[in-house]
Amino acid sequence: MTHPSDTGPAPVLALKDISKSFGAVRALRDVSLELFPGEVHALAGENGAGKSTLIKTLAGVHRPDAGQVLLDGAPVVFHGPGDARDAGIAVIYQEPTLFPDLSIAENIFMGRQPRRALGRIDHRATHHATAALMRRLGVELDPDRPARGLSIADQQIVEIAKALSFDARVLIMDEPTAALTGSEVARLFGVVRTLREQGAAVLFISHRLEEIFEICGRVTTLRDGARISSEPLDGMTEDDLVRRMVGRDLDELYPKQDVKPGGIALSVRRLTREGVFTDVSFDVRRGEIVGLAGLVGAGRTEVARAVFGIDRWDAGEVEVDGRKLSNGAPSTAMAAGLALVPEDRRAQGLVMDMSIERNIGLTGLRTTRKAGLMDRGAERSRSLDWAVRLQVKYARIADTVNTLSGGNQQKVVLAKWLATGPKVLIVDEPTRGIDVGTKAEVHRLLSQLAADGVAVLMISSDLPEILGMADRVLVMHEGRLTAEIPRTDATEETVMAAATGRTAA
Amino acid sequence: MPESLTRAVRWDTVVGALLVLVLLLSFTTVDGFGNALNLSFLIGNTLPIALIALPMTLLVVSGEIDLSVASTAGLSGAVMGALWNQGMTIETIIPVCLLIGVVCGLINGLLVTRLGLPSLAVTIGTLAAYRGIAQIVLGSDAVTDFPAPYLDFAAGRIGDTFVPYAFLPFLVLLAIAVVALHATPFGRSLFAIGASEEAARFAGLRVRRQKLILFTLTGLMSALTGVFWALHYASARYDNATGLELSVVAAVLLGGIDFDGGKGTLGGAIAGVFLLGALQNVMSLQDVSAQSQIVVTGVLLVLSVLGPRVARQIAVARAGRRAAAPPPASKAPTPTP
Repeated sequence: MTHPSDTGPAPVLALKDISKSFGAVRALRDVSLELFPGEVHALAGENGAGKSTLIKTLAGVHRPDAGQVLLDGAPVVFHGPGDARDAGIAVIYQEPTLFPDLSIAENIFMGRQPRRALGRIDHRATHHATAALMRRLGVELDPDRPARGLSIADQQIVEIAKALSFDARVLIMDEPTAALTGSEVARLFGVVRTLREQGAAVLFISHRLEEIFEICGRVTTLRDGARISSEPLDGMTEDDLVRRMVGRDLDELYPKQDVKPGGIALSVRRLTREGVFTDVSFDVRRGEIVGLAGLVGAGRTEVARAVFGIDRWDAGEVEVDGRKLSNGAPSTAMAAGLALVPEDRRAQGLVMDMSIERNIGLTGLRTTRKAGLMDRGAERSRSLDWAVRLQVKYARIADTVNTLSGGNQQKVVLAKWLATGPKVLIVDEPTRGIDVGTKAEVHRLLSQLAADGVAVLMISSDLPEILGMADRVLVMHEGRLTAEIPRTDATEETVMAAATGRTAA
Repeated sequence: MPESLTRAVRWDTVVGALLVLVLLLSFTTVDGFGNALNLSFLIGNTLPIALIALPMTLLVVSGEIDLSVASTAGLSGAVMGALWNQGMTIETIIPVCLLIGVVCGLINGLLVTRLGLPSLAVTIGTLAAYRGIAQIVLGSDAVTDFPAPYLDFAAGRIGDTFVPYAFLPFLVLLAIAVVALHATPFGRSLFAIGASEEAARFAGLRVRRQKLILFTLTGLMSALTGVFWALHYASARYDNATGLELSVVAAVLLGGIDFDGGKGTLGGAIAGVFLLGALQNVMSLQDVSAQSQIVVTGVLLVLSVLGPRVARQIAVARAGRRAAAPPPASKAPTPTP
């Protein structure tokens, strides 16, 4: 079923030579795509390759400038998302938007609840219809429980159920796993397999290559708005796929240089924040990249926040380069030479409405001043200098950062902190949601920083990244450091064992 | 000029042009508007709004608001009257009043920054509380017999010109405020805090300290305004400046300061202040009742929140067409990292 031939089933949905431009930018050029019933089809490409435009064309948000959308072989024109939905096409986004105070059933049937006499809502029918949908998806979720508190995976499952209640035959999943933990991904994939067996066509987008290989049968690759290939995944390697996406061989995704570690730059002693993490002690030496692994919720980000001073700690102490840090004071941590590239670049790393120049400038307000006033020239040259060094792709340095792609936004966050000349750099999920090419650049940068004597603490949920980049791996489990594994002994098995608390490694 | 500024400047220009238009129309069509005496009244009566608008602009840019300013001014005036009745010298009384303003501002600031309460709620509470204290302090007395040199300074003008004496110190304060907001690292940090408090914290900015400073300054300026008010109108009463906070907030928002924080210029805010002042002056000349004037202020407040947003949307739409190359949809509008 996953290798349809010319004589096989007809595509349920197809794009034929679709082109779409925004002003002078050609977002899609003669792109064709065929989705067959009963297949999970991957859409791969770097940021800006045209994936989102393609999805929006399928979902009726954009109308193509040229080319055709074919539904069951017949040309259709979608005048809006409503048309696409009525045609059986549903998009599941990364972050579902449910009403938290309403029940699962109410969320699914919002606005079109089964009615009883006098227009009253038939709660029993709503409940049963929802239960039937859940059975079809093979999951156990109580239709009457409120959406609040559902994991993101379960929220997405609710969205999928909602799509099915509209009789969706084509599901487009736009990076559904970006915010999920390992076990949640497994749960979601279980549902996707069920859908596939029931004959639905699924278009799956993910930056995680291993997921593409796990769940998908075929892959269509986009680069610079054009289709590079559509082919079965059988027999392909990750390297093959990356080459099609970036158009060249990736030098190396994890270019870790060997560095002889120097003196201790960051020392954390018995740090405790009650109810969050307990008795955490570790050192990071100059020139070292230390990975901090663990499951989401193990307390890694919370330790980083406390070290930097965003949250207060209840006990313990932190030293940077021999200087004790004050509790809960980011400004003194900065002055001591500590930098934190936070987990959520849109909410924490950047002021989205501010220019690139000023975002980088925010960490330099103490230095780029003359007689108490802003030295705009100094601010501009500092920002330009770092934006260029990190090869941020922008039109004008005065453009707001929300005009940049995710990878370039992340580079601005890095630029902002590297401009402070940090002795210790903490990076929290430095490559989450950014494309392969930029990811390799970020890794090369981290490696170079370490070689230049910076102490790097890297929090990541991307296990290959931890294994590829770290000299040492610290593992947290339920608020405690449970293991310290040297590079030579670090494998997926040893790290995961410690992260899940299976062994006292 | 940075994008964020050019967009706000467009609204500034609109308000500035509107101010010029209202002035021109008034000069030509309203009897008694254009003479120097009336213009000096216009400026003198607008000064209380203008004085408080300075710190209020900084406060709103940083994403907060203070509605207790008029009550603080009233309290300051009431204390002034009560102490004067006790026989204290005016030179001692004024510093005491200013100190009371500092304390009022500190209380607001501490409630907001230490307890994390929304400033809207906190200052509605202190709006009532400070006014109540003012009434306890002075009762229903009206104190009028302040020393003549002070009254003359607060109500008089330079020769036969349209410039009140008090306008000159205001210009100095305005210059300081413009520099503080638009040319210092402190001002820059206020824009960042207003646009995204969390990102500002992660950039090592001292968010709570900056806000505490702003609330305290606002209290100080409100108390100064209370002193000026009592002298300008030669009357210290507990209900001085009642409702002034509405005018200040209306004027600041009219001047293009985004209610959500992070956007605007002080020039725009001051243009908004004098636009409101000119309208109020014209309405008084035309015998429009005080109640109707409040209605106009209220309508302006609504329009002022609406106006800059509409202007911005138009600007964005125009920029999109002019550049003919917006970032491809796959990059910008939707966050698909």
